Amino acid sequence: MATTVDDIDYSDIEAKYGFDNMLVVDGVPVIDKSKLEKLVARICKEFSRKGVSIKPEDVYMPWNDSTGKSQGFIFIEFKNVDDANLALAAMHNHPFDAKHQFKVNRFTDIERYANLDETYIEPETEEYAPREHLRAWLADPQGRDQYVTYRGEDVEIYWHGKPSQSELAMKPDWKDFLYVAWSPLGTYIATLHRQGVRLWGGSSWKPQQRFAHPLVKLIDFSPCEQYLVTWSNEAIVVPEGAPQGPQYLSPDDEGNNIAVWDIKSGDLLRTFSTVSENDSPAAKKQMQWPALKWSPDDKYVARVTAGQMISVHELPSMYLHGKKSLKIEGVVDFEWCPQGDRDREDAEKDALTPTNGAAKTVKKARENMLVYWTPEVANQPARVTLLGFPSRAILRQKNLFNVTECKLYWQNQGDFLCVKVDRHTKTKKSIFCNLEIFRVREKDYPVEVVELKDTVTDFSWEPKGERFAIVSSNDPNLGNPGPGITIKTDVSFYQLEHGKNDFKLLRTLPSRTSNAIRWSPRGRHVVLATVGSSSKSELEFWDLDFNVEDAGRREGQVSKEEWGSGIQLLGTADHYALTDVEWDPSGRYLATSASSWTHTLENGYAIWDFRGQEITKQIQDRFKQFIWRPRPRTLLTKDQQRQVRKNLREYSRTFDEDDAAEESNVSAELVALRKRLVDEWNAWRMRSKAEFFGDGAQRAGKEGKTHSETEEKEEIEVWIDEVIDQVEEEVVE
Amino acid sequence: MQYGPGCFLNNETAPVTYLPGKNGHERPLTQIKFNTAGDLLFSCSKDPVIDVWYSHNGERLGTYNGNNGAVWTVDVDSESRFLVSGSADNTLRLWSVASGKCLYTWEFPTAVRRVAFNEDNSKIVCITEQRMGYQCAIRVFEINREGDGTNQSEEPLYLFNPIGSKATVCAFTLTPNVIITGHESGKVALFNVETGQEIESNERAHSGKVTDLQLSKDRTYCITSSEDKLARIHDTKTLMVIKTYTTETPLNSAALAPTQPYVLLGGGQPADIVTRTSAREGKFETRFWHKVYEEEVGRVKGHFGPINTIAVHPAGTCFASGGEDGYIRLHHFDDSYFKAQPFGAIAAED
Repeated sequence: MATTVDDIDYSDIEAKYGFDNMLVVDGVPVIDKSKLEKLVARICKEFSRKGVSIKPEDVYMPWNDSTGKSQGFIFIEFKNVDDANLALAAMHNHPFDAKHQFKVNRFTDIERYANLDETYIEPETEEYAPREHLRAWLADPQGRDQYVTYRGEDVEIYWHGKPSQSELAMKPDWKDFLYVAWSPLGTYIATLHRQGVRLWGGSSWKPQQRFAHPLVKLIDFSPCEQYLVTWSNEAIVVPEGAPQGPQYLSPDDEGNNIAVWDIKSGDLLRTFSTVSENDSPAAKKQMQWPALKWSPDDKYVARVTAGQMISVHELPSMYLHGKKSLKIEGVVDFEWCPQGDRDREDAEKDALTPTNGAAKTVKKARENMLVYWTPEVANQPARVTLLGFPSRAILRQKNLFNVTECKLYWQNQGDFLCVKVDRHTKTKKSIFCNLEIFRVREKDYPVEVVELKDTVTDFSWEPKGERFAIVSSNDPNLGNPGPGITIKTDVSFYQLEHGKNDFKLLRTLPSRTSNAIRWSPRGRHVVLATVGSSSKSELEFWDLDFNVEDAGRREGQVSKEEWGSGIQLLGTADHYALTDVEWDPSGRYLATSASSWTHTLENGYAIWDFRGQEITKQIQDRFKQFIWRPRPRTLLTKDQQRQVRKNLREYSRTFDEDDAAEESNVSAELVALRKRLVDEWNAWRMRSKAEFFGDGAQRAGKEGKTHSETEEKEEIEVWIDEVIDQVEEEVVE
Repeated sequence: MQYGPGCFLNNETAPVTYLPGKNGHERPLTQIKFNTAGDLLFSCSKDPVIDVWYSHNGERLGTYNGNNGAVWTVDVDSESRFLVSGSADNTLRLWSVASGKCLYTWEFPTAVRRVAFNEDNSKIVCITEQRMGYQCAIRVFEINREGDGTNQSEEPLYLFNPIGSKATVCAFTLTPNVIITGHESGKVALFNVETGQEIESNERAHSGKVTDLQLSKDRTYCITSSEDKLARIHDTKTLMVIKTYTTETPLNSAALAPTQPYVLLGGGQPADIVTRTSAREGKFETRFWHKVYEEEVGRVKGHFGPINTIAVHPAGTCFASGGEDGYIRLHHFDDSYFKAQPFGAIAAED
């Protein structure tokens, strides 16, 4: 028959057997026939090693008859399609030897791609659908803040303002998630599901983005909300047939725990493993979170490999900056310096001005900084180092001795850095504390030391301020917590003394039980709370500038007044068994909550004003979470803010009028509601009485009888003899 | 007295506290009840003795001895002639109020959880426990008021087994032979005792066990308390829920205050976890709620354990609470209670 291969009709065979179990392997060494057997045997071995066993008979190698050599590719027939798929996944890009890498394709694919239609069809342009403004909530005419509560299985988002303005904003029907979290500027709210993270936002709380990290447990947003870090305790496994693409985890990510995502595109940028190879099992301690620390401008993200190095990655490529990590022997922890408002303005100016020489007059924005510490190793003192980045220049180093532990605290404007050094005495029996305070804005970064005799359990800078508060304790029970033990603490405030440039004690509040300091986000006000105790749950509301009328003129005055005289207790309150304390972003209200994640006693939340007056209290079963929605930085310039402060009286007058009008409204409403309730009650009573006693006569007789009975009162006369006094007199005659 | 927007009880509301052991109950109280005149207060507890007290000064008048187990329930007729009690020793007993003699004893296979007289004292209803293969049963007995009361019929007038969740509390309504019941599932239902038929039911009245049911003076409505932390007022004819009082603790008892528009609620954390918490957390206070506005108006502290039972004097002059701690606390309302109008002057029907 004069048929060519092409003319043979295979369709019946294809239908019966198909070619789906055939793979084409390219990149096989080109050989002559003498080596055939050896090569095939080796290929079979390679495949078997990956879990797909094949026999030499299944391998077909085409030959170039003119040269007598092989063509560099082979066909392999597998037992079934599953084996073929497995081999495809396992052997594609498999390095066979130094020069050869397998390229595996399905037999059917090659045919399909060869016949692909080459004509270009222009994709249809999707019609532009305007999206909701993600910051719509800021345009609320009443200037209210929002908060989210998570109780049982229900999430509710509320507006919070004056009592009459507080209302439910949204009750979404989100299902099956661990908890909720706001992004740092309040743009998104995230829910953690089994399948991954979802972001919601906009005025109708539509889904905005999702990140498929299965079994995610922890998330962390970058400070400018551009990136998201997710963590799961389960190593990533990519099941067969899982969708692939830039937004999905790929087989390369298997075994890792941490993923970094781009929020706007939803793309996966990179994954990391929390376990490093040379970790000894004994060194396995609790993981630090956030495991990746962001520079304040979202340009870098860094992580520490304890004892070895800090690795800084550039965004958005996620490549290692400078292609190498900062090798620091013994490094334990580090922190990025936050960006102050001033720095941010400078950086924005920098970005606007062209980078040629003309911009010399503009002050260059401050470089990113990070601080790290290393413990004492082999005759080397412990050391705190301030490092510029990306220049990697060491700006300041300080040696420390007898160090047990260091904690790094930046003031939120990046003006000061406090290193809390827990030091031990020579005998290592007792621990005391030094505060090493770096004044970062000054030349040569001067360091001040505050020495304390007690153990410091909490430290907190005043936001945008020059003060800090510490909780210290010399309670013998410190360090062995037990049920019913409440540790006695002292709370102290310190302030920078401008003349002498050192931090001086403002005041100590002795014998408290407070263990948490919460500064108002605007500074000045601070709340001391006793958290996590079963017997004490006090809240103290303090004002540190009680005598100063305008916070804007604060600096000059303080030195003239008596040191520390402006500290005033505004109020105390009690929220039984509270677990969380949080200021609202405006610094006007404080929320305390008792979460059922910690205990099941009186779960719920309360909102207080800054003076400690209770605004609302909700006791709710199975209450879990309360979070204020953060606000982004103000858009007003410094001058505009000053104007607002200057004209405060005029503004407040209009607000007062509003308040008065509303108050009368509210009470009128309440009176009306109560009247309605009484009317409804009375109407129902009349109705039900009429139903039962409609026949009247018989019933009335009965009632009358009982009435007359009760009215018959017995009169009893009782004589009481009472000896008031008894005096024995002896009469002598 | 503390808490609440319109506190009306102050420290002058002097409680009379009965010491346990010496002359009173040693075990948790189970039910307390005023007689119609209000001069006597009957109490039963997990010890086998029923006590009767003078309500004006708290002096104990006497005891009713004869039970061999915890006494779960007690009720007195409107003439204060007969007392009926139900006990864990599987007996229902009829007592003479005046002499303290046990007049008649009925024996059942399981414990008696609740007893109640009807309006004209001619019948009593009792609920027996579902246990040991026996179903929960509701029996109605005719009470022969002729003679000395010892001549009672052994057989119940009616007997039926409510289907579904077992009944925990019950009372006669105004309609002859119709009782209102509260069930373990939270259901509140109306039964015709003649036929055993369920006339009306509200399956979702509560989401936990109904712990108490007390009728208004005219029996047209009732208040129920439940483990689901709610107390509710129901219409006894339609079972419509009229009012709901939402508290933060499981409730064991709810009572209606005559003359004043308040309801009294009592409860606290269940006894098994109470030992791990302080009195502060337990919420062992009697709470006063405004009957119409459904708002809490005050609390009365005092018990060291959950409150198991509350009763209000029929004239509304005092109230008593019985606790898991074995104490009965009797409080006489002071003038301010009657004068106070926590939410402005209103004229709500009783």
